[in-house]
Amino acid sequence: MTDLKDRGVISVSDRRRPVVRTWFGLVQGLLLLVLIVSGLGPLLWAAKASVSPSNDIVADPMGIWFSPNDWQNLALAWNGARIGQSLGNTVILAAGSTLSTLIVSVAAAFLLSVLRPKWGPWLSGAILATLFLPGVVSFVPLYLTILDLPLLNVSLQDTFWAVWLPAGASAFNVVVLKRFFDSIPREYMEAAKIDGAGPLRILTMVVLPLSRPILGVIVLLSIVGSWKEFLWPMLVLSNPDLQPVSVMLPRLATGNSPLAVQMAAVFLSIIIPVVLFAIFQKQFLRGVGTAGGVKG
Amino acid sequence: MTKTLDAAAAATARRRRKPRFDPVRWARGGGLHAVLFAVPVVLVYVYFSWGPVVQGLVLSFQKTNLIQPAEWVGWGNFTYVLSDPGLVQASLNTAYFALLALVFGFPIPIVLAVLINELRKYDTLYNALAYLPAIVPPVAAILLWKFFYDPDATGMFNTALGWIGLGPFPWLNAENSAMPSIVLYATWAGAGSTAIIYIAALSTVRTELYEAAEIDGAGIWRRIWHITLPQLRNVIFVMMLLQLIGTFQIFTEPFLFTGGGPNNATQTILLKIYNYAFVNGDFGAATALSVLLAAFLGLLSVVYYFVTKRWSTTT
Repeated sequence: MTDLKDRGVISVSDRRRPVVRTWFGLVQGLLLLVLIVSGLGPLLWAAKASVSPSNDIVADPMGIWFSPNDWQNLALAWNGARIGQSLGNTVILAAGSTLSTLIVSVAAAFLLSVLRPKWGPWLSGAILATLFLPGVVSFVPLYLTILDLPLLNVSLQDTFWAVWLPAGASAFNVVVLKRFFDSIPREYMEAAKIDGAGPLRILTMVVLPLSRPILGVIVLLSIVGSWKEFLWPMLVLSNPDLQPVSVMLPRLATGNSPLAVQMAAVFLSIIIPVVLFAIFQKQFLRGVGTAGGVKG
Repeated sequence: MTKTLDAAAAATARRRRKPRFDPVRWARGGGLHAVLFAVPVVLVYVYFSWGPVVQGLVLSFQKTNLIQPAEWVGWGNFTYVLSDPGLVQASLNTAYFALLALVFGFPIPIVLAVLINELRKYDTLYNALAYLPAIVPPVAAILLWKFFYDPDATGMFNTALGWIGLGPFPWLNAENSAMPSIVLYATWAGAGSTAIIYIAALSTVRTELYEAAEIDGAGIWRRIWHITLPQLRNVIFVMMLLQLIGTFQIFTEPFLFTGGGPNNATQTILLKIYNYAFVNGDFGAATALSVLLAAFLGLLSVVYYFVTKRWSTTT
């Protein structure tokens, strides 16, 4: 993804050869076609269906020519099917989960990378261990924890906390952030320390401003991640007034609302993350690439 | 790993130098701050990560329905789960899904990445298009695909395939095509984001190797086979393990596409766990099956590590 990409498998002299050029051009064009059909196709189709009458969608699903005359589908989905309200819930859930991930992961990474207490390796090991445990072991007990928090004896069910707080325990983000903090030159922190800054000031004045790129990546991936969540919010939020759009949609599909309204609802739930991606694609793609670096 | 060991060694050395604990010096040296930073971290992990894991192990030996106090039943839950006649089918289905995803879904991101990496123009456009399906919320995408998979001859995919004289296919409605249909969707949903990871890895491939191979007269295909893929080997191994672990825990797709049907053809292990816990209210059985699956995945990872260690590049 850098501009320094000088060559790949195909060398510069290969690229001048007519055979290679023809074939590569063909493959390139075909690939673009496949990617447009598979990547953009479903989105455009949903956009089309959201403003078409139900009959047209069923009668001619592959029709390219259509008259966008059913704008009320979107309004029906937004108000009647309560997609507007559940989208609001999704935004609240995504914002809260992101905030909780950031607070916990920054605290943990700062602790392990900069403060380095004696017991740091123990904590680090315990956090890393959760990366290797498949999520399935803790799934049911986590639900029971939400129903009745041990020692505190409160139930978080049907509160947004039930989604926000577990989102904080993201070992993966701790690893990514710690790596980044480790790469910040210690001299900056030493200088701040000599100027009399305590750990909190070092964190807010030195470490966080320098980590803006990685923080942005974590925020973006965490927003999209919690936008996609389905099973967990479905379990802990049984009150329809609190449910995010991902939980609302399947219920809508099994109900008796017309197909066009369903498709309008689908479109509304897709469009926000897609716009977010369109604006920040560079950060997204770099972020996913780094994520692979950590895994690999 | 070595870093942790070093740190541990340093810690013991320090302890030897200063045997008595001095709270004032400890607080001045930043110990108090460290504890303050650790409080939210430890609380969140205890409640929502470490605690549930331990509780899961305990629960799998208990009978509990949230009303009566939990009762110790030894291996009862495990024998109950293992003698469930549906378990064999669910395990076979899950393995079948994992196998199909491995054979058909796994190579696609690699091919995509190698191709995109060769582009000198518009590669960001290709990247963005490939990544788009990963942005779409799975629930919305599944609803769309469910419509695309309409088994009628006028269904979306059937119409398109009809143009080249194929079909109509029953897709999700027939026992033997339901699982492949779900794999097709999962491949669409996952290929782009995996390809981005491979592309990042491809940028670290040493280009001198290509030049050396060229001098030796290796063509483009042989360069891919003998240089690109071996250089990606470690990433490929990791991604394969991650994909296996992911596919063995598949839930959302069969839950929303078919609900386990037709005739249990897409019943998976995680669907069974869900049904034990949230349909039958038998949390003991659900955690027992979770523990069994986790143990299996742990075992798989260990075996996988030792098998692939021999083939991986020594770094």
